[in-house]
Amino acid sequence: MSLIDTIWNWCVDLLHNDIWFYLITTVVKLVLMFAVILAFVVLSVWIERRVAGWIQDRPGPNRAGIPLQLFQRFGSKEKQPLKEWLHFFGIPESCWIAKLCTWLRLDREIPTFGLMQPCLDGGKLFLKQELTPSYVRKVYFTIAPMLVLGPPMVAAAVIPFASSVSTEFGDINMVVANIGIGPLWIFAISGLSVYGLTLAGWSSNSKYPFLGGLRATAQLISYEVAMGLSIIPLLMMFSTLNMQDIVQYQADNGWTLLPLWGEGLSWQRWALLLPLGLSFIIFVTCVFAEANRTPFDMAECETDLVGGYHSEYSSMKFASFFMGEYAAMVIGSALVVTLFLGGWSIGFGADAALHSVCSWLAVFCQFIMFLIKLVAFIFFFVWVRWTLPRFRWDQVMKLGWLVFLELAVANIFLTAAVLYFVK
Amino acid sequence: MSYTPVKRPKFSLLDKIYVVELVKGLAITLKHLVLSLLGKSPAKKDFNGKGVGACMPFPEQRWDSHLPSYYRGAPTLVRGEDGRERCVSCQLCEFICPARAIKITPGAVSPEAACQKQEKAPAEFEIDMLRCIYCGMCQEVCPEQAIFLSKEYLITVTDRKQAVRDKATLYKLGGTRKGLVNKWNQYK
Repeated sequence: MSLIDTIWNWCVDLLHNDIWFYLITTVVKLVLMFAVILAFVVLSVWIERRVAGWIQDRPGPNRAGIPLQLFQRFGSKEKQPLKEWLHFFGIPESCWIAKLCTWLRLDREIPTFGLMQPCLDGGKLFLKQELTPSYVRKVYFTIAPMLVLGPPMVAAAVIPFASSVSTEFGDINMVVANIGIGPLWIFAISGLSVYGLTLAGWSSNSKYPFLGGLRATAQLISYEVAMGLSIIPLLMMFSTLNMQDIVQYQADNGWTLLPLWGEGLSWQRWALLLPLGLSFIIFVTCVFAEANRTPFDMAECETDLVGGYHSEYSSMKFASFFMGEYAAMVIGSALVVTLFLGGWSIGFGADAALHSVCSWLAVFCQFIMFLIKLVAFIFFFVWVRWTLPRFRWDQVMKLGWLVFLELAVANIFLTAAVLYFVK
Repeated sequence: MSYTPVKRPKFSLLDKIYVVELVKGLAITLKHLVLSLLGKSPAKKDFNGKGVGACMPFPEQRWDSHLPSYYRGAPTLVRGEDGRERCVSCQLCEFICPARAIKITPGAVSPEAACQKQEKAPAEFEIDMLRCIYCGMCQEVCPEQAIFLSKEYLITVTDRKQAVRDKATLYKLGGTRKGLVNKWNQYK
């Protein structure tokens, strides 16, 4: 008993030290955020394939269950465990429960509804032959996939996934890095990921990857400008760049696109909906372009560029590109959710009410809410992908430079006018 | 003019703004999504599929009854209505086969055979199902109507040797066909 007490006291002492408290909480938050991003990369692949299937009148990957035969091999002699179980609970085999179990294929496997499919695909890619062509520049060829996968993970550091909790040791702010330049950090870091695409295209030393890399660079530059300008109206309203403060403001005064409580009910906020809606459209389109998603996946469009920048890649290097693309999509969704759809806030004043009951409960609910919003927006990403055909290259450039840039600049002045004249 | 210029549609301003058309497109795909989740896809009736969307979940439900009459499955050898083995070992199918899946060893007609009129019969007739591309050229070229493509599409083997089908297997799979070639009844 005394040993446990000693360890407990030691832990408490450690947590009372400010530096250790900061380090421990940060590492825990870091691991949590990393796990969420990786889990969502897998989940978004699954969502992509299932939703694509449904939209095209087919089921998508719905099997990939764990076969019960596998357990038989490890000693269990039961050939029909389902029947045994039904017998055990006294359920007749013609009952609807039995039929439901058969429909879920419980008689032959533990169903995963295809959730295992992305993991199995990853495993398959892991076992594939890793082919590095003789004519590539090996160093850049190797670091390119890492440069694609890395930045989205780093960018996730500033995205708040719940509000803060005050404990006896100090406050825990539920964001890995609570810095005052949130959106700028994300733009800067996610802009780095294009180096991966460019390097991959250039170091492959072959025609189509090179063109893909060039396109990725040109597209990123074009849309980064409009993207940065499109959130200026938001920053004029929030008057802060700290992501946690931005979400707190939305929790108190109505989400950016849903001003229904707090100060959100003022005329000014309702008049602001026009410029903010405009910047939402511009921003979301730019996020699509930045994440290299259809209709803007110019860098890897099969019809004119074979495989685009990753034509020469195989095995896990290809999988890194694949994962990096989905990680960028997850981060893009998280950013849109944070800036426009209230981030972790539950809305309608529920955040403050929950906090007055129990702040840990509030944080948990907010985390769940954040994940729900994230999934919903990833669904939107996928939905758009399977609706729109790919744009032509000149159309993409035209849209970026001749439409969105001008609109974003005009939008800033419009917002300023609304903020100045409508009170 | 040697060509007809394609008439491009004129886009109105609303089309050019694109947002309305985008929403329309999203509505169409969402409709498909919801209908296939509810099991009411428009194409579902044609196949009577029990899966999500218009699909049949494969091993449980098969589309055998929906196979068209022209479906090209595994090639088989057939007997005539009198039980005569139709193949006369002319090897035309072996020569025409683009994948070289067929291997025929010509031999004499066996003394037990019901019909002794033809000159040759295959001593062995092998089709390698790993090579076969189901093109149906063997069926087309056969002057004796002896080789037909069946509707068998599930060919699963555990090693390469199993994939090679010998004469006995091919005749067993092919069964008998009526009519078509009657010349051996009349000559000699």
